[in-house]
Amino acid sequence: MNVTKTLDATGLACPMPIVKTKKAMKDIEAGEVLEIHATDQGAKADLTAWAKSGGHELLQTEEDNGVFKFWIKKGE
Amino acid sequence: MTVKNMTVKEITNKVLNNEELFLLDVRTEDAYQDWKIEGENFAYLNIPYFDLLDGVEEIVDQLPKDKEIAVVCAKGGSSQMVAEMLVEEGFENVYSVEGGMKAWSEHLEPIKVNDLKDGGELYQFVRIGKGCLSYMVVSNGEAAIIDSTRMTDVYVDFAKELGVKITNVFDTHLHADHISGGRKIAEQTGAKYWLPPEDAGEVTFDYQPLRDGDHVTVGNTNIDIHALYSPGHTKGSTSFVVDDQYLMTGDILFIDSIGRPDLAGKADDWVMDLRETLYTRYKELSDELIVLPAHFMIMDELNEDGTVAEKLGTLFEKNHGLNIDDQDEFRKMVTENLPPQPNAYQEIRETNMGKISPDNEEQREMEIGPNRCAVR
Repeated sequence: MNVTKTLDATGLACPMPIVKTKKAMKDIEAGEVLEIHATDQGAKADLTAWAKSGGHELLQTEEDNGVFKFWIKKGE
Repeated sequence: MTVKNMTVKEITNKVLNNEELFLLDVRTEDAYQDWKIEGENFAYLNIPYFDLLDGVEEIVDQLPKDKEIAVVCAKGGSSQMVAEMLVEEGFENVYSVEGGMKAWSEHLEPIKVNDLKDGGELYQFVRIGKGCLSYMVVSNGEAAIIDSTRMTDVYVDFAKELGVKITNVFDTHLHADHISGGRKIAEQTGAKYWLPPEDAGEVTFDYQPLRDGDHVTVGNTNIDIHALYSPGHTKGSTSFVVDDQYLMTGDILFIDSIGRPDLAGKADDWVMDLRETLYTRYKELSDELIVLPAHFMIMDELNEDGTVAEKLGTLFEKNHGLNIDDQDEFRKMVTENLPPQPNAYQEIRETNMGKISPDNEEQREMEIGPNRCAVR
C-alpha cells in the first residue's frame, strides 16, 4: 500500500486522535492514503464511523502490541 | 475556558428523582443505540463529536435554552470539548459528564432496603448504568456481600464506614456479564469466598463450595443466609433466603423478566432446569418473600426509593416468564429470539474463573454496554 502520510496519535485520548486525523487529511489529496497509529481503545469505532461520515474509505486496520493502526484513503 | 462538570452521582440522583435533563450524547450512533443513560424525564440528541469539530452552529437550534444540558461521551474528553463550544455559543447550563459512559458504567449507588429482624441491615448496591445489583448484609459488626462488582473499594469503604468487618463473600453463580469482585474482596479482607461448585469446575483458585441447604450466619445475631440450589441460568446458580424475608435470585428471576440459559453454552440442556426452578422450587417458597435479583433491565423495574425489589407472590402474578403454562412455549421463549449476548461475555467468564487477568482498562472495556442476562 502506498502511504502518503503517517500520523502518530499514540498516547492521545479522545477527541485528539480524530482531531489530528482530520487535520492530517487536509494535507493529502483525494485518493491518497493516511496511516494512523493510536492507542485509545475508542479510536477504532470512532475512526471507522468518522471515515464513513466524511466519505473516506477505511482500507485496513491492524492491532499490534496495543497500538491500533488504520489506513484511510481520502475521499473526493 | 473551563466547563462545569456533572458527576455520575448527580445524574443518578436525577434519575431516581425523575428530574429533567437534556442529554447531548456525542458518541457514535452505534454506541448510542446500543446503550445510553436512561431517565424517565430525560431528552436526547445524539451527534458524534467528530461531526462537531468545525463548530456546533448546526445543532444549536436543536438544544433547549432553558434546561440543563449534559454532554456525554465515552470517557469525558470529547464531551468537554463539545461543552466548551456550547458555552462559547452562549449556552449557560451546559455540563460535561465527568468520566463519560465509563464512569456511568461503574457508578454504584448504595440504597438501604430495610432493617433486618435481629438488628441488622440490608443494602442494595444499584449499578445504575449497567443494571447490576449487589448486596451487603450487615449484622452485629459483620458483613456479607453478594454478587459484588469489580469496584471493590466501594464495598470495602462502605463496610469501613459502618464499622463492620466483611466475613463472607458470595457469588450466586459464575457471572457472564460483569467481572466479579468477590475474590478480590475476600483476599483483601480475609473473608470466605463462596461459589457454587457446579459453576466453579474450571476456576484456578481456592473457594468455599456453596451447596444446597448450607446456612451461613452473619454476626452473632444469626442473620441466616440459606442457600437454595436453583439451576437454569447456569448449572450452579444458587439463590439465597436471607433472614427468612428476602429471596436473592441471582440471574434466575428478575422483576419483569427471567434469566436466559444460554450464556454458559447449554441453553437446550438447562431449559428444564430453569423451568423446574421457577415453576416448582420457587413455587414452594413463601409468597411473602421479597425478591432481590442480581439485575434490572429497564428503569420501570426500579421502585420509588430506587431499590429493585418485589414480593415473590406479585411476581407469580405479573411476571410473564412465570406464567407460561405450555412447556414448549417456555422452551421457545428462552432459547429463540434471544437478545444479543453481553459484550465480551466469554472473556468475562474466563476472568471470573481466574484463567485470564486483564488489567483495569481492559476490564472496563469488557464490561461496556448493557448486561442482557434476561429474556422477557
